[in-house]
Amino acid sequence: MANSWRRERWDSFRLLTPNWQSRLPGHRYEGPDPDGYMTMGEVTEFIERFATLSRAPVRTGTNVTSVRRTDDGYQVTTSRGEIRCRTIVIASGACNLPALPEFADAVPDSVEQLTPFDYRGPGQLPDGGVLVVGASATGVQLAAELRRSGRPVILSVGEHVRMPRTYRGRDVLWWMDASGVWDERFDEIDDLSRARRLPSPQLVGTPERTTLDLNTLASMGVEMVGRWAAVRDGRALFSGGLRNVFSLADLKMERLLDTFDEWAKTHGRDAEVEPPERFAPTRVPEAARLQLDLRSGEVIAIIWATGFRPDYGWLDVPVIDAKGRLRHEGGVVDSPGLYALGLPVLRRRRSSFIHGVEADAREVVEHLARQLAVRR
Amino acid sequence: MTAVTNGVNVQALLDAREVLKGAPEAAQFVWRASSRWQNGVHSTTTVKEFFGLGQEQSHKREAVFDADHPEVFAAEDNGITPIEYLLVGLASCLTAGVASVAQNRGIQLRSVEATLEGKHDIRGILGVDGDVRNGFNDIKVTFNIDADASKQDIEALVAQSQKRSAVFDALTNPTNVTVEVA
Ligand SMILES: Cc1cc2nc3c(=O)[nH]c(=O)nc-3n(C[C@H](O)[C@H](O)[C@H](O)COP(=O)(O)OP(=O)(O)OC[C@H]3O[C@@H](n4cnc5c(N)ncnc54)[C@H](O)[C@@H]3O)c2cc1C
Repeated sequence: MANSWRRERWDSFRLLTPNWQSRLPGHRYEGPDPDGYMTMGEVTEFIERFATLSRAPVRTGTNVTSVRRTDDGYQVTTSRGEIRCRTIVIASGACNLPALPEFADAVPDSVEQLTPFDYRGPGQLPDGGVLVVGASATGVQLAAELRRSGRPVILSVGEHVRMPRTYRGRDVLWWMDASGVWDERFDEIDDLSRARRLPSPQLVGTPERTTLDLNTLASMGVEMVGRWAAVRDGRALFSGGLRNVFSLADLKMERLLDTFDEWAKTHGRDAEVEPPERFAPTRVPEAARLQLDLRSGEVIAIIWATGFRPDYGWLDVPVIDAKGRLRHEGGVVDSPGLYALGLPVLRRRRSSFIHGVEADAREVVEHLARQLAVRR
Repeated sequence: MTAVTNGVNVQALLDAREVLKGAPEAAQFVWRASSRWQNGVHSTTTVKEFFGLGQEQSHKREAVFDADHPEVFAAEDNGITPIEYLLVGLASCLTAGVASVAQNRGIQLRSVEATLEGKHDIRGILGVDGDVRNGFNDIKVTFNIDADASKQDIEALVAQSQKRSAVFDALTNPTNVTVEVA
């Protein structure tokens, strides 16, 4: 139960969504700190409690090793026997494996490589500099933690989503929720495949509700370099396009804040929040390095915070695209009786988060129930 | 949106994007150039044929480019220096991007001007100092754009054009280069 939270997160992990947003059908956070952020232990308890309340017949410790189509449904092979069924909801998650660039293989052996699945905390690494690759939620959080441990940290930055922790006195995710941005449906989004690939926002959940953007990291002494493009002769080569990924993120954040302001104005909510604010542009380093000699000992470890990918190795139904992603229309997979939940922007922007599953599940299950009724 | 006329056939580009989604082979292009040494550091490069959409293609006309070095390098200055061609490529690529993105976003352009500066320490190519690189140290592009759009929208145009630019990518990211003797 709650396996991904228990086994695949680092020690200091907290949700980046506030407690009041932790909602599952019929179960919500009811503790004393609705604006706080759950620790890993708290998330695990929250999910275990949901399992108890919902009395779902969960078979724990059971791996699905294969799913095959039959004449009237599916044959499921598990580590504890066979199951035949007419419909299946795939809820195996979008983040089963860390996604690494191919050139990770070309990194010299003298440098230790860790993924967020292996990383627990700074204490696990020998003394020395660390190169964190990727500046989305995981990367900025780990870069900050490693820097605070006294290590030199270099952060390789590609395209990212910048957000302040709070805006006009409220959690920025309150704005996403209230203004309806998160309710945008998958069939209304211009470029859906892009929306589904969007990296996680640069946010961290801390009791102090601090913003963790690149300016914060730069002030802490984290060195920024561009997107890591290749390894050549034991050297990491970084893109010289850093300035533009900063501009793109700054401009997108401005547009998002404009959307919030516009919403507050037209919905008469201006009085309950603080006045609009704008944030300093991301500071461009004087001269960002374009290469780093990985053999020099300057960095002793690399942390790949380059995202995750799903693992459908067990799914013997031809519904996976060339990029290894499940083909589906709002959770309805192109194979009768097959459904999906818990994927990024599955039916709306909210779907990428824990609380997104409630409405998605209702709609997907409606379809599933119709399917069962028709085929009887 | 229909009123916007930047002269870019965005529909054709969007259609191509859809078609190529299902036909990655057709998206494989090969651009070609052939050069001939003239005299001194003067050479002439011609560009005409290329490959794409699964077959040989050709420009309407052959284009001829002379490259040389200026007189301060004790050369005859029959053409611009090779490294200046990189600025030509970058300027035209980013400008094309601005026009296309503007068309796609329904922004009418009135004028788009860019000035480019590439900082180059020539001690690298002369072998004066092994720590100085041969290529540009820094390139600065300054756009001056007159359009029916806010400053923020114009900045977004320029940012998006960099994001989709072939030459910007070629200059900011490493590329494998193989040079052989036939
Ligand atoms: C680093 C990180 C931080 C996140 N932070 C937040 C946050 O702050 N707030 C938020 O709302 N969301 C957050 N998310 C997103 C959140 O994890 C998902 O929305 C949520 O976990 C989806 O739940 P799920 O049960 O669908 O998938 P998962 O939590 O991924 O669970 C899938 C389960 O299926 C199991 N499984 C997979 N394959 C098989 C198989 N073949 N047989 C049997 N079992 C299998 C896995 O072991 C796992 O237990 C975060 C995600 C990551 C990766």
